[in-house]
Amino acid sequence: MKTFAYECADSVAAALAAAADPDTELIAGGTEAVNWLKEGIWAPDRLVDITGLGLAEIESGPAGLRIGALARMSDVAAHPAVRDGYPVLAESLLRAASPQLRNMATIGGNLMQRTRCPYFRADSPLPCNKRVAGSGCSARHGDTSAAALFGWNDGCVATHPSDLAVALAALDATVVVRSERGQRRIPATEFHRLPGDQPWLHNELRTGELIEAVEVPAEPDPRGSHYLKVRERVSYEFAVTSAAAVVTLSGREITSARLAMGGVAHRPWRLAEAEQALVGRDIDDRAELLAAARLSFAGARALPGNAYKLTLAPRTAVRALRIAGGRR
Amino acid sequence: MAAESQSGQLLRVNGVDHVIELDPRATLVDVLREQLGLTGTKKGCDRGECGACTVFIDGRRVLACMMLAVAAGGREVTTIEGLSSKDGELHPVQREFLDNDAFQCGFCTPGQVMSATACIAEGHAGSDDEIREWMSGNICRCAAYPQIVAAVAKANGQIGAGTIAGLDLSAASGAGSTS
Repeated sequence: MKTFAYECADSVAAALAAAADPDTELIAGGTEAVNWLKEGIWAPDRLVDITGLGLAEIESGPAGLRIGALARMSDVAAHPAVRDGYPVLAESLLRAASPQLRNMATIGGNLMQRTRCPYFRADSPLPCNKRVAGSGCSARHGDTSAAALFGWNDGCVATHPSDLAVALAALDATVVVRSERGQRRIPATEFHRLPGDQPWLHNELRTGELIEAVEVPAEPDPRGSHYLKVRERVSYEFAVTSAAAVVTLSGREITSARLAMGGVAHRPWRLAEAEQALVGRDIDDRAELLAAARLSFAGARALPGNAYKLTLAPRTAVRALRIAGGRR
Repeated sequence: MAAESQSGQLLRVNGVDHVIELDPRATLVDVLREQLGLTGTKKGCDRGECGACTVFIDGRRVLACMMLAVAAGGREVTTIEGLSSKDGELHPVQREFLDNDAFQCGFCTPGQVMSATACIAEGHAGSDDEIREWMSGNICRCAAYPQIVAAVAKANGQIGAGTIAGLDLSAASGAGSTS
């Protein structure tokens, strides 16, 4: 590990000044950053600890929720306003990582997780645009079993690991970022970047910016939501596919539906076509629900190792939707 | 902004203040083991996956391999050495691990015991399924899981949620300040 100077920011102003320095990185819970420091993926000259800034409030009101970026995952998941009013949010947090990591990791840090696949942190570095810009993509013609279905190109086929981001996308949440120039608001669906022609970029946060909070608009029927995570073991594992569903019903008829998926793209993937087609359908007619969900997969592009996700992902979405609607 | 990379930083472990020189790169698990001689905390995967290095920071279970030691300055660190009483009497969780044969090689055990103690205090040990879920951050390569679950359930029956080992862990299960 390259050595660095370690400092604690004692004010937001000091943290923003530090964030504007390209040789400085900010650290909070450290559950990702410390790994990248150990592996040389991160090598800043200066590390500035921002855990003393506050920014950890969880506020709930008629307009919705505002969660400070430095709130810990475990505190947010256990907060009564989150647990009772936004089940999909609490569930996404509790299905992520382990109790120890959730006690350390922050909401802002969770969103700042790197978009990666196993090649990103190979013991002997392999070509990976996310690790070294311009080095290529080992996964593209390698093991694609965990790869994306949407938005990928030859530069990167990885998926974003955050469960929280998927729930925030379904809830139409906003990521509030601050810099010395002021505040900027980014929809949760657009915070993470598709690879495009700069596959080394992970998200829209620019040098000098700091995530301040996440804002979630109030839900008309907050209980009708669910986060379903499909993985290779019951706990403490990344998603193969996951779905966040928010649904309102009139009897058995769906009056509105929002669906976001994890494990299928570089960012949480909203199923816009499915959401439209689901309105008016019977929550108990699984065949109709599945047909609606599949509309959003018309543009999916499977790689040699991940075609199974074309089957699994719509089913994941339908099951999440049905559980959100009170079914099993 | 306060520079913390200079010599003589205060680290409070198991109620004892240590003033030591910290390399900013050193993780808490390395400093506990190599500089303070507290080798009860084990270094397993060293990448946040196995839970062998579980300790408490301000009463909450965390991974000492994922934390820079400099970031623990000014906070209360508790290790497995701080769990038993001063006269050497075992903590009820330690006693139940022994009585239920909840280990084989023993390497993961200090982390398991720390995690189990927090799991009970948080109120997450109400059923075997709940114990398995909330102990999932601690891997046992000998696969003593059935006995570990039994030990945690038994210890939960004795002590229940709340305060353990003189530490108030209530912040770990509610909305607390993150200091």
